[in-house]
Amino acid sequence: MLSKLQERFRKEWLFLLMMLPGLVLTAIFSYGPMYGIIMAFQDYNPGLGYGGSPWVGWANFKLIFSQPAFLVTIRNTFFISFMKIVFGTLASVVFALQLNEIRQNGPKRIFQTIVYIPNFISWVIMAGILTDILGTNGIINEVVKGLGGRPVQFLSNRGVFPWTLIFTDMWKTFGFGTVVYLATMTGIDPELYESAVIDGAGRWRQTWSITLPMLIPIIILMTVLALGNVLSAGFDQVYNLYSPSVFPTGDIIDTYVYRAGLQSGKYAIGTAVGLFKSLVSSVLISTSLFVAYKFAGYKVF
Amino acid sequence: MQFRSRGQKIFNVINYILVTLVCLSCLLPIVNTLAISFSAPSFVSAGQVYFWPKGFTTQSYEFAMSGGKFVRSFLIAIERCVLGVAINLFCMITTAYPLSKDTKKFPDRNFFMGFYVFTMLFGGGLVPWYILMYNLGLLNSIWALVLPLSVPVSNMAILMNFMRSLPKEMEEAASIDGAGNFRILWSILLPVLTPSLATVGLFAFVYHWNDWLSGALFINNPTKYPLQTYLQTLLTNMRDLLRQSGSDYYTLLQRMNEQTGRASQLFLGLVPILVVYPFVQKYFTTGLVMGSVKG
Repeated sequence: MLSKLQERFRKEWLFLLMMLPGLVLTAIFSYGPMYGIIMAFQDYNPGLGYGGSPWVGWANFKLIFSQPAFLVTIRNTFFISFMKIVFGTLASVVFALQLNEIRQNGPKRIFQTIVYIPNFISWVIMAGILTDILGTNGIINEVVKGLGGRPVQFLSNRGVFPWTLIFTDMWKTFGFGTVVYLATMTGIDPELYESAVIDGAGRWRQTWSITLPMLIPIIILMTVLALGNVLSAGFDQVYNLYSPSVFPTGDIIDTYVYRAGLQSGKYAIGTAVGLFKSLVSSVLISTSLFVAYKFAGYKVF
Repeated sequence: MQFRSRGQKIFNVINYILVTLVCLSCLLPIVNTLAISFSAPSFVSAGQVYFWPKGFTTQSYEFAMSGGKFVRSFLIAIERCVLGVAINLFCMITTAYPLSKDTKKFPDRNFFMGFYVFTMLFGGGLVPWYILMYNLGLLNSIWALVLPLSVPVSNMAILMNFMRSLPKEMEEAASIDGAGNFRILWSILLPVLTPSLATVGLFAFVYHWNDWLSGALFINNPTKYPLQTYLQTLLTNMRDLLRQSGSDYYTLLQRMNEQTGRASQLFLGLVPILVVYPFVQKYFTTGLVMGSVKG
């Protein structure tokens, strides 16, 4: 038995040594906070710490689920996330199909490079740019006014704000999907198209009967993976664009945690909401990874 | 294509136009910000600046560079990126290599993989994270910004899958020649890994450059803010100004100056990304696609 362990260690020690820095840092900074979850069941007081704060059972959870402001964030989170997935996928697929129709490799590459740029811009800077563009005197409203319309309050109108989030997110991130879908299209067997041409199929027909069906598995895969993260509706984006006047439609779970938990110092409440989100998310993400593995053979590890 | 009909030519033209319009929509907002940053404040507040500066002035840039706050936070952000990317790359490579082995060579591989995958599924949340940093005494330290997330799991997986996809013979030949694991990793694997290293390196750089939240959480002293956190406070001030009614002359003047001043700082904050991206871009599709999405 011992010799077996020794044998194993002799085989592994170098790998373990190599992995040590990453393991230690991950243990401290990713597993460390999990200990703090006990705050969700305490009336946490920073002065008393984890050991000294009184236990309150499920009281924090009862409290948050009786708060209309919190329940609204759940609804908003789902709505914003779902719409982002729908419009984001649509934009990526359509644009990838359009790029695929361009046969010259030079321009195709340049276009692809350009639409990927907004992905790399932080939401802080993006929010700055967007407040300029979408403001009452911004470019878009100048155009609206020029066409004889009334300026739209993109960032402060309750009804409009969620759609501002959805479309600016679509605009910022569709380049990533485009890269993935385009790569898949490049992998389609050219013989399929050749035989379709012999059968007299035009480009529309080829797109409809060959390209799209070949894309569907990867579209489903990307959607399933995105559904796993449905409870994260984009903290950086929302936090940097919203204001109290749009809380009823724009406040999401993550921004609620930040405001209630950290800015107003209700640590226990923030932890309870975070734990609730984390638990539901872990079920959703595992399910999505499992489904992705089962039906598309997708494996992270 | 032998079916080059008239309809297809028209389609091609329309397609080109649409694609160009979409690409313009991605670039013009940046151009607009650039134009605002070089314009006189009065034209900006009148909504007259589109894609070319009006009343050209470099005042806002001079102000940004002389203010101290901007330059200081810019330098802190660079320091953070150098440290953060170095730590990220080191930890990702040293984690991905052992995990790319099968269980015959590394019997406990699946346990350690599980250790990392679990962090993708479940976390303590924002508040416990903050309390942890507080307890570790890392508040107001740059280490609070660069040590967490040292192994971004999905990027590590890109490297790992790439290492797995390499032909086994490469390593075997080297180990017959007497090369150890470290040697194999250093002189045989790393050179072939350039595309995926460039990809995950870019992701790490972008994360560290763009992240404002950890700065806002863990740094209480505004003189130690990294750039994005500093920009975020600018933005918040701006929004407060915009919410006040514009009748007050002083507010109006302040708002005008802030808008051009802010635009110049936003643009300068973008420059590093715009500079780095084209260099790594050529590796990008190969690195990303080969590692993550396999057929």
